[in-house]
This record gives sequence, structure tokens and C-alpha cells, in this order.
Amino acid sequence: MQPLLSLRDVSYSYHNLKGETPALSHINLQISEGSFVAVVGPSGCGKSTLLSIIAGLLSPEDGEVLYRGLSSKDYCADTALKIGYMLQRDHLFEWRTVYQNVILGLELTHGLTKENTDYVLKLLEDYGLSGFKDKKPSELSGGMRQRAALIRTMAVHPDLLLLDEPFSALDFQTRLSVSADIANIIRQTGKTALLITHDLSEAITLADRVIVLSKRPAGVKREMEIQYEISREDPLAVRGTTAYQTYFNQLWEVLTDDKTTA
Amino acid sequence: MTRQPHKTSPPVSIQQEIFLRAHHRHHHRITLGRFFLLLFFLGLWETAARLGWIDSFFFSSPSGILKYLGQMLVDHSFFAHTGVTLFETIASFFLVTVLSLLAATLLWYQNSLSEILEPYLVVLNALPKSALAPLLIVWLGTGTNTIIVAGISVAVFGSIISLYTGFCQVDPEMCKLIYTLGGSRKDALTKVILPSSVPLILSSMKVNIGLSLVGVIIGEFLAARRGLGYLIIYGSQVFQLNMVITSIIILCAIAMVFYKLIQSAEHYYKKKY
Repeated sequence: MQPLLSLRDVSYSYHNLKGETPALSHINLQISEGSFVAVVGPSGCGKSTLLSIIAGLLSPEDGEVLYRGLSSKDYCADTALKIGYMLQRDHLFEWRTVYQNVILGLELTHGLTKENTDYVLKLLEDYGLSGFKDKKPSELSGGMRQRAALIRTMAVHPDLLLLDEPFSALDFQTRLSVSADIANIIRQTGKTALLITHDLSEAITLADRVIVLSKRPAGVKREMEIQYEISREDPLAVRGTTAYQTYFNQLWEVLTDDKTTA
Repeated sequence: MTRQPHKTSPPVSIQQEIFLRAHHRHHHRITLGRFFLLLFFLGLWETAARLGWIDSFFFSSPSGILKYLGQMLVDHSFFAHTGVTLFETIASFFLVTVLSLLAATLLWYQNSLSEILEPYLVVLNALPKSALAPLLIVWLGTGTNTIIVAGISVAVFGSIISLYTGFCQVDPEMCKLIYTLGGSRKDALTKVILPSSVPLILSSMKVNIGLSLVGVIIGEFLAARRGLGYLIIYGSQVFQLNMVITSIIILCAIAMVFYKLIQSAEHYYKKKY
């Protein structure tokens, strides 16, 4: 089966007058439909650049990105093939109500049909935000804001969700429950997700596959399949298993190895 | 919002009560202080004029000003002159606001345009606009148009620069969000840049109204037969200092009213968002 997303030999560098800074070097990746993939790597290694390239905000200098077999120029032009991108901070606009914030994507793509707004209302209901739909974002808690941001991303029916450390602004306790919540939502709806994180525990709790990137310029260093015998719904139970410990240690070794050899 | 100490809110502690009382007392004292300062100043002025400490021919006096104001109201010249100045100020303020918003938007939209124009804007902004007034008279003649253009010229460049700078300081991640949701640069402008800049636009309007008034008065000094600026210049030439000082006081009142209007718009906005 053809993967949903594949990156072939993708490279990217940032340029300024002082010189060029290579960010990504010959990245090869394949993500199949319905999978939950986490990308970890040392900070500043170009993880966010990778997402920007996949989302079509930047074009690769070398190599190609294929989404459902289409190159990035074509899939960005095709409005039916949507990629949802959840940024590090929620950026809910204070001058809009929660509802007006979550329909922003529909508004921009001229998709404000009855069907779509009903879907948004249902999502608000499902994620416990329907009572807050006419409130200002500042009246929501951190976890609620993150859920609102997820609804805003989901409202346009993306097949692929790109999550750029979406939980890093939350405190530890909220983070644990919100990340599990959001991962469950994504699994239930059968979406494909690519999560960037610097938190190894988060990566191995949530993802089916973890991809380790090397230091800048980032390349794929290791890929690791993650499987548990228990359901993933309870993040604490998952973290208590021996499999979790093993994965964590393996991942830790791969990452620290990077530091010593570099 | 009004505070409702009864029923809805929990009982106020004694310390809080003391704090509130002290706060209100302080507030009253400030208001009283302001009032008495004005009263003292006016009283001193009047006494000095009556007792001959100062020559009321040159320095006028509060009673002389009141008398002159009454006379202006009776012969309707008050409405004519104040009306003209008000109209010119509002017209140039309105045009400054619209023009600077349009220009700042265009500059934000076209990066290279803003780079090309930047040094020119800085120079035009630094140029003393009164130096342009004689030129405007030659080009546009004397009259309302010249004065409105003078008002615009004083305020518009600074306003463009401050709006454009503000637009550029909006968090780029917010614009990125728009792009990730399939929006264009135009969407980023209308959904992010403009709405997030409303406080900035209001505060630049506060500056603009004052500067427009400055420009209009300069214009009226040089190129008018009506208006408060004209009265000031004319009064000083014929040694009618009552006329000059009365006009200045009317100007003070106008400036204050405008400022308060925009301030209440600001308050309204803050309350709403």
C-alpha cells in the first residue's frame, strides 16, 4: 500500500548573509494512514522545519515530499487534501469568541456550511467545551485552550495532523491528561498524526512509532516501533509497564549516543 | 463595571474597607487639588489685573475673557470660528487616520516597497511641517483645503511609521497559524494584523487628533480669514489680547473634548475584549 506521506531525501538550509545553516539533511520518512508517529531529537535540530515543509509552508531545497502521491505544490493547491497543523502555542485570538476561533479554518477556506458548523458544534460538545463557546479564550484553562486549538485544526477535516510540541506550554499534570485526551481523540477518529516532542515519555506513551533525529543538520537516526499489550487510554498505566521502561532506555541510549559521538 | 458590595459579593473585610476608604479619600483629594489650583490661578490673575500688578491690556483677565466670550456668543462669531476650526480638524484627523491605515497596510503587504520608502518616510516625518505651509499656500491658495492639508501633513507620516512598526511586531506565529489553516497573506491582514492592532490604532488616533489640531492652527495662522488660529493671529496684530486668550482657551477645550472622546472609545474597546 502506498504510504499517506513520504519524504524522499529532503534537505533544507536557512540562509543569511553570514552563511548557510543546514537544518535538514537527506530525510527519508514514510507514514502510513492511521498511524501515530512521534519525532524526537535534540532541541534546535530542525524538527519544526520538518513540519513546515510537510505542511507546504516551506519548500524543500532538495528531495521531494509526496502526500497521497502528490508533490507539495499540488497537494497545497488541492483544498480537499488538507493537512492540519497544530502549533506550539494555541494562538486563540482574544478578539474572537471560542466558537469564532474554532471556525477560523472554515472561514478561511470558505467552508462555513451547515454540515461543517454542526461538526464543529459536535466536537465542542464531545470535548466538553460547548458551555464555553461564547466565552473569550482568556476565560479557558490551559487544557481547554489546547482542546479548542485541536478542534480548530480538526474542523477542516484534515487527514494528517501535524502536532508541533502542542503540550509544551502546559504544566506537567495538565500535560499528562491533555496529551492522552488528544491522542485518544486522534485514534478514535482514525486520523494520522505526526507529533514533534522533546519529551521521550510523551513520545513512547502516545506513538506507534518513534523517529529519532540526529543533531543539526537533522537526519533520521533510528526508527522504533512501539507496542503495548494494554490499551493506551490510561497514560499512567502505560508508563507503569516494563515495555515502557525498555523503550525509554533504548531511546535514551540512542539520544545520548548522539551527544558523545558529536 | 460597578462594584456591588451587597448580596452578590462576599462580605468585605475591615482591612479592605479601610483600603477602599483611603483610596476614595485620595481620589477626592486629587480632584479637589486640581479644582483649587485652577481657582487659585484664576483668582490671582483677576486680582493682579484689577490691582494693576499686570497690565490687563497685555495680559487680559478672566473677567475680560468671559465678557469677550459672551460677546462672541451674542454675535455668533463663536460658532463661526470654532465651527470652522472644528470642521478642519475633524476632516484632517479623519483623512490622516484613513490615509495612514491604508499606507501602513500597503507597506506591510509589500515588503520591498516599505524598504524603498523607509528613508523618505523618516525624513518627511522629521521635517518641520510648518516649513511646508508657505509652499501649500502657493500651490493650493488660501482657504480650507490648504488648512486641511496642513493638518494632514503634520500628523500623517508619524502615524504611518507607528502603525507600520506595530503591524510588523505582531507575532509571526499568529500569521503562520493563518497560513496553516489555508489562508493567504490577505487573510493574515484582515484576521490577525488589523484586529490585533486595534489598541495601537486607537492610541495613534489619540496622537493624531492633537497633531491635526496643531497643523490646522498653523494653517489658519497663515492662510485663513476664519477660525481660531486666524483669531489668534488677528487679535495679536490689533492688540486685542482678550480675543487671543479666549481663542486659546477654546482650543484647550476642543483638545480636551477630542482626547476624552478617543479615550472613551478605548475604554469601550477594552471592556468589550
